[in-house]
Amino acid sequence: MKIRLENLTKKFPNRSKKGGADVVAVDNFSFEIPDGKLIGLLGPSGCGKSTALNLISGLESPTSGRIFFDDEDVTDIEPENRGIGLVFQNYALYPHLTVLRNITFPLENLKGDKKLTKERMKEKAYEAARLVQIEELMDRKPSELSGGQQQRVAIARALVKRPRVLLLDEPLSNLDARLRLQTREEIRRIQRETGITTIFVTHDQEEAMSISDLIVVMKSGKIQQIDKPQNVYDDPKNLFVAKFLGTPAINVFVGSVKHGRIFIGDDPVMPIKGIENRAIYAGIRPEGFIPSENGSLKCLLKGVEVMGRDTIILSKHYAQEGDVIHSIVDSEDAMQLDAVNTAIDHKLNLVLDPVHRDVDNHGEIRFSIRPRKIFIFDSETEERIYPNGDQPVTG
Amino acid sequence: MKKKGFKAWLYLLPAVIFLGAFMFYPLIDVFVYSFEEGYNSASQTSFGVGGYNFSYVLHDPYFMQALQNTFLLVIITVPLSTGFALLISLGLNSIKPLRNLFQTIYFLPYVTNTLAVGLVFMILFKKTAYTDGLVNAFISIFGGGSVDFIDGPYWAKMFVLCLYTVWIVLPFKVLILTSALASVNEMYYKAARIDGTSKFRMFTKITLPMISPMIFYLVITGFIGAFKAYSDSVALFGTDLNAAGMNTIVGYIYDMLYGDSGGYPSYASAAAIILFVIVLTITVINLMISRKKVHY
Repeated sequence: MKIRLENLTKKFPNRSKKGGADVVAVDNFSFEIPDGKLIGLLGPSGCGKSTALNLISGLESPTSGRIFFDDEDVTDIEPENRGIGLVFQNYALYPHLTVLRNITFPLENLKGDKKLTKERMKEKAYEAARLVQIEELMDRKPSELSGGQQQRVAIARALVKRPRVLLLDEPLSNLDARLRLQTREEIRRIQRETGITTIFVTHDQEEAMSISDLIVVMKSGKIQQIDKPQNVYDDPKNLFVAKFLGTPAINVFVGSVKHGRIFIGDDPVMPIKGIENRAIYAGIRPEGFIPSENGSLKCLLKGVEVMGRDTIILSKHYAQEGDVIHSIVDSEDAMQLDAVNTAIDHKLNLVLDPVHRDVDNHGEIRFSIRPRKIFIFDSETEERIYPNGDQPVTG
Repeated sequence: MKKKGFKAWLYLLPAVIFLGAFMFYPLIDVFVYSFEEGYNSASQTSFGVGGYNFSYVLHDPYFMQALQNTFLLVIITVPLSTGFALLISLGLNSIKPLRNLFQTIYFLPYVTNTLAVGLVFMILFKKTAYTDGLVNAFISIFGGGSVDFIDGPYWAKMFVLCLYTVWIVLPFKVLILTSALASVNEMYYKAARIDGTSKFRMFTKITLPMISPMIFYLVITGFIGAFKAYSDSVALFGTDLNAAGMNTIVGYIYDMLYGDSGGYPSYASAAAIILFVIVLTITVINLMISRKKVHY
C-alpha cells in the first residue's frame, strides 16, 4: 500500500484565554510513502508527528489537504474502513479482557458477510500471536504481562485484521533500554515478514536510523527532510536536521566564508568554491576531525575519553556553540599524539592528586577537517549552503 | 518489641474507646436485649431469655407491612436510581458546553435538606380542600382523574416514596459515576474506534467493565441505604407511619422505642437484629455476584 499525503494541514484552535493564532500541528505535508516500507516519523516532542499519525489513521480529520492509500482518497473515510492497524504508545490493551479476547476484539466487530465464526477468530488470533511469538500467553490478562509482552499483544491486535497500513505511535518509549533494542529488531522482522507498509513515530534518532527504510524529519509541524537514514545523516538539508541526528551530536561553529575559504573564527579550515563572502554556521560531525600537527583548526584540549576502538577527544574553540567539541578518533591514531597522552596521564594522576582536579587544560590540539564531514548553513535561515550553488546528487 | 506494641495500642486508644463505647457496646447490648423477654429499661429487669421477641415482631402486621414497604423500596429504587445516574452521567460526560452548570444542578438535591424536599413533594402531590396539587392538575390536563398521592391508595403512596428516594440518592451516584467515566482513558475509545467498534459495543464491552467497580460500590451502598430508609417516609407521610401504612423497618424500630406504641426496647432490638441479618445476607450475595462480574 502506497500512501500519499497532499498538502495535509491540521490546525488546532488556540486554547489560551487571550486568543491568538491557531496552533498548526501539521503544516502543509506532501509526501509519498512507497509500498511495503518501514517509515520513521522523527522529531522532537510537540513537533506534530503524533498528529500526523492520527491524521493517517483517521482519528483526527485534517483542516485541509488529502490522504490517499494507493489511488483511493481516504480523507473522509472512517478509521475502521481504512484498513489500518494502530499500536498506541501505552498499548491501550483492554485490562478486563484476556490476551486472546484483546486480539479477537477487532474481529468481533465485523458485521454482515465479513462476520467470522468463533473458531475462525481464534485461528486468526493465534496466527497473529504466532507472528509476534506470544501464543503461550493467550489466557493471561494484560496486567500479568511485562511491558515487552504487552507491546507484542498490541501489535498482534493491530495485525489481526491484516491491515493495509500499520501505524505505531512511539512503540519503544515505554520499554527499558535492552528490551528496546530487541523490540525494534522485532518490529523490523514483523514488518519484513508481513510486508505491510508501516509508519512509526519516534523522538529517538537512533531508533529511527536503525530500522527505517525512510526517515521523515519534522520540526514544528513542518517536514525538514525525507530520505534514507544514511543520506539524512550524510547530507542534512538544514542545521536542525544536522543537529537532530547523530550521537555525539554534530559540532556547530560560528564562521564565515571569505575569499573562497571557510573560516571558523579566524581559522581557515577549508577551501570552498562558488560562494560569496558571508556569515555561516559550520557543522562538523565528530568523525570529521583529524588530529594533525599542522591542522588549521586550533582548539584547546580539555580531556580524553578512551572508548576502546575509538577515542573521544574533548576540546574547545572560541567560535563554537555549545559546551564542548566532541571528536571521535581512532584510538591508535590518538595515541600518536603527545597532547593526548599527556591528557591521559594527567587523568590518571588526578586520581592520585586531587588538588589539581579542576585542571583540565592540556594545551593546544590541532585538527584538519574531512571535507565530506563539514556542512555549512546560512546564518539566518539555517538552510544548508551547497558549494557552487548546486545541490549534490543524493542517493 | 514489647514497648513498640504498647505504643501502638496507645495511639489506637482514642479510636478504640470511642468505637467501643458507641459502636461495639451498643451492638452487643442490642443483641442481648433482643433475647431478653419483656425488658424494662427503667427497672432494668426482664422476665427471661428466649426467642419470643422475634416471634412477636414477625407476627406483628405492622412489622410485616414495614418489611414489605422496605423491600419494595429497595427493589424499585436501587436499580432505578443507579440506571438513571448512569444515563445522566453518560449525558454529562458527552457534552462540553455548560457541563459544569448541569453538574451543579444535578448535585443540588444532595445539599438540600430532606424535610425541605419533603415539603416540596407535598406541594406537588398533596390533595387539600383547596387544591388537588400540582401533579394532579397536570394529570387532569391529559384527562386523567385526580389521585390522592399522600393519603390515597397504597400504590400512589409507594410511587411518591420511590420517586422521592430516587431523587434524593441520585446526585451522589451521578457524582461518583461522572468521575468514574471521566477516569476511563480516552485511549481505549480510540483503539476501539480504529477497530470499528459500534457505540453500543463500546459501552457494553469497554465503558461498563471499566466502571464496574464503581457501579458495584453504588449498588451495595444503595441497598444498605434503602434498607435503612426512614426519614424519607417521615418527610412525606408524617410521623404516624403505621396509620399511613408506609412504615419502614427502621421506622418500626423507632416506633417501638419512642412512638405512641413505644416503650418496647426488646421488640425494637429484635427488629434491629432482623434488619441486620437481612442487610448482611444481601451484601454477602452482592459480593458473591461481584466476584464474578466485576473486573479487576
